[in-house]
Amino acid sequence: MALLEIRDLRVSFETRDGTVRAVDGVTLSVDRGRTLGIVGESGSGKSVTALTVMGLTRLPNARIEGSVLLEGVDLLTLPPDRLRAVRGKRVAMIFQDPLSSLHPLYKIGWQIVEAIQEHERVSEKAARARAGEALAEVGIPNADERLSSYPHELSGGMRQRVMIAMALVLDPEILIADEPTTALDVTVQAQILDLIRGLQAEHGTAVVLITHDLGVVAETADDVAVMYAGRVAELGPLARVLEGPEHPYTWGLLRSLPSSTASRSEPLHPIDGAPPSLISVPSGCAFHPRCPYALPVCPHAQPRLIETTPRHGVACHLPVATRRLIGAGIGASEARV
Amino acid sequence: MPLLRVDGLVKHFPLTRGVVLSRGRGAVHAVDGLSFEIPRGGTLGLVGESGSGKSTVARLVTRLLEPTAGEIVYDGTPITHASARALRPLRREIQLVFQDPYSSLNPRRTVGAIVAEPLRLQRIGTRAERRARVRELLEVVGLNPEHYNRYPHEFSGGQRQRIGIARALVTTPKLVVADEPVSALDVSIQAQILNLLGELQGEFGLTYLFIAHDLDVVRYVSDRVAVMYLGKIVELSPADELYARPVHPYTEALLSAVPQVEVDARERLRSRIVLRGDPPSAVSPPSGCRFHTRCSYATEICGAVEPQLIDHGGGHVAACHHPLGATPPAAVGARAA
Repeated sequence: MALLEIRDLRVSFETRDGTVRAVDGVTLSVDRGRTLGIVGESGSGKSVTALTVMGLTRLPNARIEGSVLLEGVDLLTLPPDRLRAVRGKRVAMIFQDPLSSLHPLYKIGWQIVEAIQEHERVSEKAARARAGEALAEVGIPNADERLSSYPHELSGGMRQRVMIAMALVLDPEILIADEPTTALDVTVQAQILDLIRGLQAEHGTAVVLITHDLGVVAETADDVAVMYAGRVAELGPLARVLEGPEHPYTWGLLRSLPSSTASRSEPLHPIDGAPPSLISVPSGCAFHPRCPYALPVCPHAQPRLIETTPRHGVACHLPVATRRLIGAGIGASEARV
Repeated sequence: MPLLRVDGLVKHFPLTRGVVLSRGRGAVHAVDGLSFEIPRGGTLGLVGESGSGKSTVARLVTRLLEPTAGEIVYDGTPITHASARALRPLRREIQLVFQDPYSSLNPRRTVGAIVAEPLRLQRIGTRAERRARVRELLEVVGLNPEHYNRYPHEFSGGQRQRIGIARALVTTPKLVVADEPVSALDVSIQAQILNLLGELQGEFGLTYLFIAHDLDVVRYVSDRVAVMYLGKIVELSPADELYARPVHPYTEALLSAVPQVEVDARERLRSRIVLRGDPPSAVSPPSGCRFHTRCSYATEICGAVEPQLIDHGGGHVAACHHPLGATPPAAVGARAA
């Protein structure tokens, strides 16, 4: 059994401008000790999916359907007190901007101790000792002294390490990282991803890494889900999806990368148009207005995610043989300059 | 004659302590001796991480800031300390495209008014003529001229960036400084904007100073690329050459840190150079070579003597005591060709 199973999750929000269908039938699973990369652009629904797993979208104007099973227990139906026992302890989350996730007015030692004491009955002294160890484990020099620092006294990379320390100090089974390195310089990003991989290997934590950066997914994920307009377009083992992508949106993403063009004199291959507003998602297949391969059926029927090879699911009306032919030409096994 | 020449450019931002009696407390050495040239119609890419000083360079070149020392020569005319009055006619010729399409457009003015503003400020044309020119430009950047009376919030991020570009081109400039023009955009939209910038350059004979942190983007758009670290250029070379044969260890680390979309991306991790620590402070930069504190090749001389930019052949210069793959460098020439 998978550690975490998201089944047909639907999340919508009622707003003055209409209903925002943020997540529209998402089915995903995460296995113990493995990394699932969720790739998507703005409005793909990837962040709301993660927040819903953590129970952070239980708002008055929200409508949540489907199930999120953590070892068989549905998190969506848990009463608040039981959910709090899960959140932070069994499933932890880190966010994009550590400056806004850490409380600016409390020292970081205090914040980590608070996280520990929320879930375990330990003395402050013991908790503080663990906090110091956690900081050392994420590579912060002079860890014990650093416990007395305020977030603003640290650089972006250091703050993100603090967030990771706080998330992992209780040894959760799953770490959800929502764009953890997007706001960081590329050399710092390399350090942070390296850290996450190392900690995962050490603790056996499952990781859900949410990002818009295909490169980050390529080097960290075991499995990848490509999301568009609140739905999963393609899902499968990393090598399969990169070598033989089968969804036109995935093709579009791969082809629009500057690194995919041989020379400067060649124009890039963007996807026409823009991601849709989640208040007015196109009918049928949400990608059809931007899809160069759209068939007459596409605006009328939403394609379901169907596995064409074991574990490789694609939601598209194009015939499998056609997709395989096109995908093979775009796949990342092609040597690039 | 190059359209833009910058020589020994320095910008220090003084730090002061105290309100009543402001005492000097040192300065932020944002830019500390920069030299480069951009030929007419060419594109120079400027790459660097946070604290490298690249955004300060954008503001110095457009004279939004006045240099502390050094020279800026535009089309043969020194503008280093030119007065506001002397600069005004030049403001038609030197324009800036900003990073954030959400904060660089006044939300309370129509798109037409925003794009027309530079014409209005320069007192170019009658109202009717300006209107016609604006509509012309909206079309050139791929927007519907009929949307003249709409407000920024009615457009997507990519469209807003097009509006910003239209505004930058409305006075028919010669030099366009693009400060991270695509960083805030979705991947599939980035390619559209990069294509647009390329087309416009060809059509209007524009010269670009293109500042970005995304190495793949910079490589695609630039003829030559300068790598900045803590206020200095550490390497400058023709674009493809820089990526194929980096000479400076920082460039090497930067290139190695960029995640690639490859099936065997994880393999690549073995040879990745992960820099230690965070970039040092720009208030008190390290002695000698500024990069020596994080460089795995550093020796004693690196902390003592600042390396000069040396020509390694073919217009490829770098400032390093232990250049990578070094063939003995050619005679000293401090300025890039």
